Amino acid sequence: MSDTLEHRSAEPAELSADQLLDAYRRMRTIRAFEDRVHEEFATGDIPGFVHLYAGEEASAVGICMHLDDGDTIASTHRGHGHCIAKGVDPKPMMAEIFGRRTGTCHGKGGSMHIADLSKGMLGANGIVGAGAPLACGRALAAKLAGNGEVCVVFFGDGASNQGTTLEALNLASVWQLPVIFVAENNGYAETTASSWSVAADNIADRADGFGMPGVIVDGFDFFAVWEVAREAVTRARRGDGPTLMEVKLTRYYGHFEGDQQTYRGDEVERARRDFDCLKWFRTRVTTNGMLDAAALDTIDAEAAALIDDAVAEARSAPLPGREDLETDVYATY
Amino acid sequence: MSAEPELGVQRVTMPKWGLSMTEGRVVEWLVGEGTGVRRGTSLVEIETEKSVGVVEAVQEGVLRRIVAPAGARVPVGGTIAVLADPDVPEEIVEQVVADAQVQLAAGDVEETGGPQLAVADVEGRTITATLSGAGPETVVLVHGFGGDKNNWAFVQDALSNTYRCLAIDLPGHGSSDKDVGDGSLEHLASVFSGWLEQMENGPVHLVGHSLGGAVAVAVARSRPDQVRSVTLVAPAGLGSPPDVEYLRGFAEATARRELNPLLSRLFADKRFVTRQMTEDLLRYKRIDGVSQALRQLLQTLLDGDRQALDLIGTLGELAVPVVLVWGAEDRVLPAPDVSGLPPRVSAHVVPGVGHMVPIEQPAQVVDAVREAVAAASRRPDPYQAS
Amino acid sequence: MARKISYRQAINEALVQEMERDENVIVLGEDNAGGEGAPGERDAWGGVLGVTKGLYERFPGRVLDTPISESAFVGAAIGAATAGKRPVVELMFIDFMGVCFDQIYNQAAKFRYMFGGNAITPVVIRTMYGAGLRAAAQHSQALYSVFTHIPGLKVVLPATPYDAKGLLIQAIRDNDPVIFCEHKALYDTVGDVPVESYAIPFGEASIVRSGGDVSIVALGRMVAVASEAATELAGAGVDAEVIDLRTTSPMDTDTVLESVEKTGRLVVVDEAPPRCNIATDVAALVASQGFEHLQAPVQMVTAPHTPVPFSAALEDLYIPDPSRVVAAVKLAMEKGS
Repeated sequence: MSDTLEHRSAEPAELSADQLLDAYRRMRTIRAFEDRVHEEFATGDIPGFVHLYAGEEASAVGICMHLDDGDTIASTHRGHGHCIAKGVDPKPMMAEIFGRRTGTCHGKGGSMHIADLSKGMLGANGIVGAGAPLACGRALAAKLAGNGEVCVVFFGDGASNQGTTLEALNLASVWQLPVIFVAENNGYAETTASSWSVAADNIADRADGFGMPGVIVDGFDFFAVWEVAREAVTRARRGDGPTLMEVKLTRYYGHFEGDQQTYRGDEVERARRDFDCLKWFRTRVTTNGMLDAAALDTIDAEAAALIDDAVAEARSAPLPGREDLETDVYATY
Repeated sequence: MSAEPELGVQRVTMPKWGLSMTEGRVVEWLVGEGTGVRRGTSLVEIETEKSVGVVEAVQEGVLRRIVAPAGARVPVGGTIAVLADPDVPEEIVEQVVADAQVQLAAGDVEETGGPQLAVADVEGRTITATLSGAGPETVVLVHGFGGDKNNWAFVQDALSNTYRCLAIDLPGHGSSDKDVGDGSLEHLASVFSGWLEQMENGPVHLVGHSLGGAVAVAVARSRPDQVRSVTLVAPAGLGSPPDVEYLRGFAEATARRELNPLLSRLFADKRFVTRQMTEDLLRYKRIDGVSQALRQLLQTLLDGDRQALDLIGTLGELAVPVVLVWGAEDRVLPAPDVSGLPPRVSAHVVPGVGHMVPIEQPAQVVDAVREAVAAASRRPDPYQAS
Repeated sequence: MARKISYRQAINEALVQEMERDENVIVLGEDNAGGEGAPGERDAWGGVLGVTKGLYERFPGRVLDTPISESAFVGAAIGAATAGKRPVVELMFIDFMGVCFDQIYNQAAKFRYMFGGNAITPVVIRTMYGAGLRAAAQHSQALYSVFTHIPGLKVVLPATPYDAKGLLIQAIRDNDPVIFCEHKALYDTVGDVPVESYAIPFGEASIVRSGGDVSIVALGRMVAVASEAATELAGAGVDAEVIDLRTTSPMDTDTVLESVEKTGRLVVVDEAPPRCNIATDVAALVASQGFEHLQAPVQMVTAPHTPVPFSAALEDLYIPDPSRVVAAVKLAMEKGS
């Protein structure tokens, strides 16, 4: 039943020009967002813990391109990219990160808890491994409703060792739920190498033990992710149950902002230079003539402008006040 | 109470006021041993979980012995005193007392004379009532807005000595179905008549309290064949300016804290509002459909801040005797100027009593019913005569 | 119309009536039907103590057995609740909260606040608690205080069949996550329960018995213990008021304070060990907001600060009983003015 393999990459021609532009815009917006948060964090104006997704954009976007509004995703502490890929508005996201009342969560959640249920985004999550059981619940609701909706849970190599994740893999298989488990293996659980902490050769190898297909994907290649996700989502929609995808990639920044990254080698420089998903995407679509570079340049400029506006608006937005402190604990009191 | 007329000895027993009562506590004896009493004399105050009421003598005699002194808890049916003619020998009274004490000590008391639950199906709707007593005349008790059959417990207990007596749960109330249709008086009257057809063959004496009074009048108008007399206790529809704060508040209240202050408006003496009364009402109000039913009925009762019902004209047209009882301190539906009512209505305004006359002064209601029954028996029943 | 049924039947009836009323109500947990995948009978157990028996046949596809995997299925119930379902998930013993607590207190409890009021999580976690069945240290605890501590959770402890039905119906209709704590020694107790469906609002204590001399505040199984003590005290001329908190979150502080204002004396009876439990919470409430009414120190009757022992000889000493409540009340009556 298990099917662990190095998967081929799709041809860009399988996507329309509009889809390609959309995918590029989402990835570029994530990159611009994260690079800017990195800069803003250094000013000391962003409170708390921030974990950046730069470098991993092809994973979130390659998967979310297959999802509709009714489909849902559960995310991680490194969730900004998943949010933007799923259609959450970057402006209130930025305001949230700055702790403003205009934020996605009115300043009550922050970077680690951005959620927008209206977009099917179930929340970034501060607890490693917490998302998988929740995703099973969304998928169970979809299965009972018979509406063909699916739920994707993103988690890291660290969470792949959590009992919650392993229990959820089993339950999803036992109940044949429309869940796609996406292990984003960026090589480190905080400072600890996944090559050391994951006892199997690959996280995807574990799928075999849970009676579902496991697939390894090159996370620098949007088209590879898109192709594998297409199959996994189709399978889930069809009622054939869950899939475990392991997306191998690299995070460009530290575990969190402020991480000196003394534990790392030179993989970031190599990745930025040789494998960067945005560069790779640009090369693929312009070489084969699907898109011209000018269209992508326009998107780059628009994304930069959007993030400029987002930061300016966030900085000038009001902070929540005492009257907000004790509201929203319960739906009814 | 059980009578043993052949000996001229009567046991005064712990009454069963309502289906759930299992025991009562003697609060105070209102007459002492050796006192002569008449039928209707108040003998003793009894406290139940729900309320405090008075047991009356059902026949003439002398209170020979008190078996259960003040403070005693006695199960329903247990003998609490012995009433006898003056000429009954002391040893016979002593024997009855001794038997009673043995029974009480052994906890071997059989419940007697308590009301039975009667469940009917009226056009697919469950309608419940309590039934007690026997006699050639039937009295039917109809409670008010938010009330139920148990409001009549004291009245029913007393009336059951002479009459067959039914206390209905109107639609939306008690354990009857919570569907009140359009909530109109006509609808309530129609369900009531349908129910009565199932329960009784001949015409009955209707007793209605508050909203139930309006129902009684409506039934007397629409189905005169079913009605021999009408006794109205603080009825709706006679022009009193209603306590809208109470009525709306009662319909909306879900918590004890909201309900308790409202309930005290029902009584002149707010000690009648017991923990159990509040608890029972909360249990009723929590049931699915009750809030909607009460809101629906409010539409029938209220027109803005005034009563929507006006039954004064109808009252004048009824062919049967009408007796009216009203508490002088009624704050929910204050007693109107009774001189403005049709002259053939026999009206009694009782001082020191609030809206809940059947609980605060059940004897007044019982007397009014007896008056109505007597008046009805003095005139020929037009349907039987024909 | 009311009739006498057991606490167990009352819970089952609440589930049946709510499942009939709302097709989004689903039931899941270990052996909630029983026999899934096995060669023999389905609905073999209806839950380990038979509380959910009969639902499986009556509501096809809406009663789900699960692997022994509390994190996964409690989390799944929570996830399904965010998708419009109204799951009633069973955590067989409250002692098992340790293996799934994150899903409860970091996820369900916090969604609404963390997400700026943009989420509801209408999940009910039914769980069995309490000592008395010789089930020993890992199957007998009274851990409701732990849940009560967490903002975002509602915590319910029915003491009677009437309350069990009405509070469970409210729990299912409520839009917040509810921890519904069923005392395992109460399942066979019997009481008047209306046939009709009804909901008891949260945050309203029940005044089980009115009295003017001392307020005894209790919860869960301890309500019966307190009531028994009050009956005994009445014989000794002490008129005790017994308050059943019904829900510890929200807690009806007004009823407690009003009672103490009337009586001037407070005894709290709690089956949990003595540190940071509901007794200390109620004591702190009265000490801080009703101190001027107290005529004597607050007395707390609780389990000792030990795990629940196995041997009947020890467990019977562990659980607060009426005689300890009577002794505490007498102490409260003797002390002070």
